[in-house]
Amino acid sequence: MKYAFFIGCQIPARVPHYESSTRAVLEKLDLELVDERQFNCCGYPMRDSDPKAFLLSSVRNLALAERLDLPMLIMCKCCFGSLKKAESLMNEDGKLQDEIREKLGEEGLAYEGKTRINHLLSVLYHDIGLETLRSRVSRPYKDLKIAVHYGCHILRPSSITQFDDPVAPTIFDKLVEITGAKSVDWDRKLECCGSHAMGIKDDLALSLTVKKLDSGMEGGADYLCTGCPYCQIQFDNVQEMILSGNGERKSIGSIIYPQLLGLSMDIEPGILGINMNRIDINDIRSYLSEA
Amino acid sequence: MFFRISLYVSLIVFIFGLIFKVSQWFIRPVGISAEGFTSWGRFCAFVRGVIGVFFSARLFTLVKAFILDVILQWRILKEDWLRWVMHMLIYCGFMLLVLMHALGEIITASVFSYYYSTLNPFFFLRDLFGLMVILGIGIAVFRRYILKIPRFRSNKMDLYGVLLIALIIISGIVLEGMKITSYSDFTRMVEDYSFLEEEEDLTALESVWVKEFGLVSPNVSGPFDRDTVERGMENHEMNCMGCHSSPKWAFTGYVSAKIIGPVALFLDVAGVPGVLYYIHILACFIGLALIPFTKMFHIISTPISLLANSVMDKETSLPENIATRQVMELDACVHCGTCSRFCSAIMGYEAKDNPYILPSEKMVLLKDLSKGKKLGKEVLRAVQEGVYLCTNCDRCTVVCPAGINLKDLWMNVREGIIQEGEPEPLMLSPLSLARGLNREALPADEYLLPLDRARKALAGSFDLLNEPEKIISLPDGGSDYSPGPEIVDNTYSYCFECRNCTNVCPVVDNYENPQEVLGLLPHQIMRCLGLGLYQMASGPNMLWECVTCYQCQEHCPQQVKVADILYDLKNTAVRNMMDNS
Repeated sequence: MKYAFFIGCQIPARVPHYESSTRAVLEKLDLELVDERQFNCCGYPMRDSDPKAFLLSSVRNLALAERLDLPMLIMCKCCFGSLKKAESLMNEDGKLQDEIREKLGEEGLAYEGKTRINHLLSVLYHDIGLETLRSRVSRPYKDLKIAVHYGCHILRPSSITQFDDPVAPTIFDKLVEITGAKSVDWDRKLECCGSHAMGIKDDLALSLTVKKLDSGMEGGADYLCTGCPYCQIQFDNVQEMILSGNGERKSIGSIIYPQLLGLSMDIEPGILGINMNRIDINDIRSYLSEA
Repeated sequence: MFFRISLYVSLIVFIFGLIFKVSQWFIRPVGISAEGFTSWGRFCAFVRGVIGVFFSARLFTLVKAFILDVILQWRILKEDWLRWVMHMLIYCGFMLLVLMHALGEIITASVFSYYYSTLNPFFFLRDLFGLMVILGIGIAVFRRYILKIPRFRSNKMDLYGVLLIALIIISGIVLEGMKITSYSDFTRMVEDYSFLEEEEDLTALESVWVKEFGLVSPNVSGPFDRDTVERGMENHEMNCMGCHSSPKWAFTGYVSAKIIGPVALFLDVAGVPGVLYYIHILACFIGLALIPFTKMFHIISTPISLLANSVMDKETSLPENIATRQVMELDACVHCGTCSRFCSAIMGYEAKDNPYILPSEKMVLLKDLSKGKKLGKEVLRAVQEGVYLCTNCDRCTVVCPAGINLKDLWMNVREGIIQEGEPEPLMLSPLSLARGLNREALPADEYLLPLDRARKALAGSFDLLNEPEKIISLPDGGSDYSPGPEIVDNTYSYCFECRNCTNVCPVVDNYENPQEVLGLLPHQIMRCLGLGLYQMASGPNMLWECVTCYQCQEHCPQQVKVADILYDLKNTAVRNMMDNS
């Protein structure tokens, strides 16, 4: 299996361990990733201000993947949501759509809508499958409780993202549970991490993040688990900011899914970037059973 | 005399230019990070920094960077092999010409005792080096002006650089060709260096030079009989060959000699070789004098940038040195366009047609800004949008062949510009994430101020809402304002005000009195649109606090695309604000 690997902007700059752990896990699963250096921003941060900049950014990536004739593999849920949104917009006819096609044509690119847009989690779940994954888990966790954080832009709007049931999703929980960990029930499982407001209205962003973290801890989780750089930054970097302003607060670590899976597949913690998390997650290794 | 005077003048201009430019690194500020430092303080910090590097393990890093990045230019090769070939051809060819040809009598002669500019291997090498530069220039022109690389822009500076080098080399080659053909040069050299006196010997030598070595003579022309050629060859071997290799070895000059052959006699009589000599020498000296003031300054500043960045980082380096480095980096940029080639925000540039979104073009403008040049309001507006429409992916910094730490530069410059400039709507988007994560670097009030200004500039008026007793009068024609092309979705008309959207909204839930903070709640916005109150709908703070979680849209029983509509309204508000400002 071969995919065009879409890394996005936040991961290389702020969450490089998401990329290294993803590469390590997928290599072990014999999945080939093709790097396309011409990929640009997915358009997500431009959607608030300029529809053309958003759509052009987004569709150019789809056209590049189409030129490679490969399905896309995306780690970021906001990138995923944006590309899916762009795909659905391009199915409609309009002046903006014509302009986009023309602009891409200037670079010799064409968009026909053939690209399959996948998030890492859907590739693991649908293309590789739970059975295969389970067979690769050599050191299942024991007694580890994980609060699965779905992330907004992969679930909603479900008519466009078509990832899972938007009200009672199970895919991410199942992926966590094949590692031996238990996915706990928690109140704010499907809520926003607060990232979109970070840098715009920090009080709001921090408040939403705190509610998430508290809810995870109340649910009895040992760790949160994410599959999106924005959410991870919020639970890791921003939680660190919150903790530095409040010494009394209890912390909860946040692990990125390929890190969680990778450890249970007995991949070196160094390769998975376990030490690159701001909030120390090394203790999670104590839940691993012996190989 | 002419030679010496022009050499000294250009050397003086070069040295003073160099001192001026380098001193600016310690004087000029860039962005906000240089605030509060004196030039003397910056200079002292620089000395401390240099000493610190030389007496630590970082010296090895420095040496490694010198070999890999400065000498071998590994960072260029990594990104673009053609550009590396181009740069290596120009840089090696030119440097070798300077050492072996321009400074031949000083440098080469002291290393090789048998040095003679007209003898091989020097005679041949000079042309080889010249050819290398010409090939390099050819590739440069091909890349910049013929190959259509998207978003690769060239400005006047790039053109001047190419033209000046081309002028130096081409004038040199043509001059050499003229000297090969020149009858007056030939007779002068025969008089100076040969022992021949008999007329027949002289004619025989002349014949051989015409036949074999490209000389154009007014006296003799082929075909020559065998005896004359043999005698001439003998004379050549006895008198010339010891100090002068065959001009054919100077292959570029020889080719040009063949080309100008038909008019060579006329040019020689008219004294054109002399004029060309002055052009060549002047071009070299002007080139030397202009180094500090043109793109060519990069032969000094770029190695310094590569070395400085190999041993500096934001966390451990003195802030004074970061400030100094950032001014120096503006000089180290050669406008090669690698950053713009890999920039994540390039489609923002394509959509908005604002060149300052491209990092390479921002650099050009930052140079002007740091020189204190006053920019027009429109340019400033474009620059502000350019520095903010950046996803902070840091790719430009990773790929920059000059090792410039662009991400730190943007962060620093951006802050200076948005504090002073017009309200910036882009601030109310996820583009602000990096700034938010860095907020501790800024005083709290400065951090919040430009955000508040943007919010204020985008806010609409809600008088109608504040006076509940007043009946809302609908505007004529059903709407108070043209919605513009941005409002593409009209599903709001299905809204029956069940308020599900507002009830599931985490932002509304976050506030005790949400309407006070948010202006209008999601269901009220949908209702506004239903009533045709577009202007009112595109004004509430709700739009800019929306976290785009799509709970509203997912839970709407009427399938109103609530979150998408909020996006549309934001776009409308931004467009209107920009149109009005």
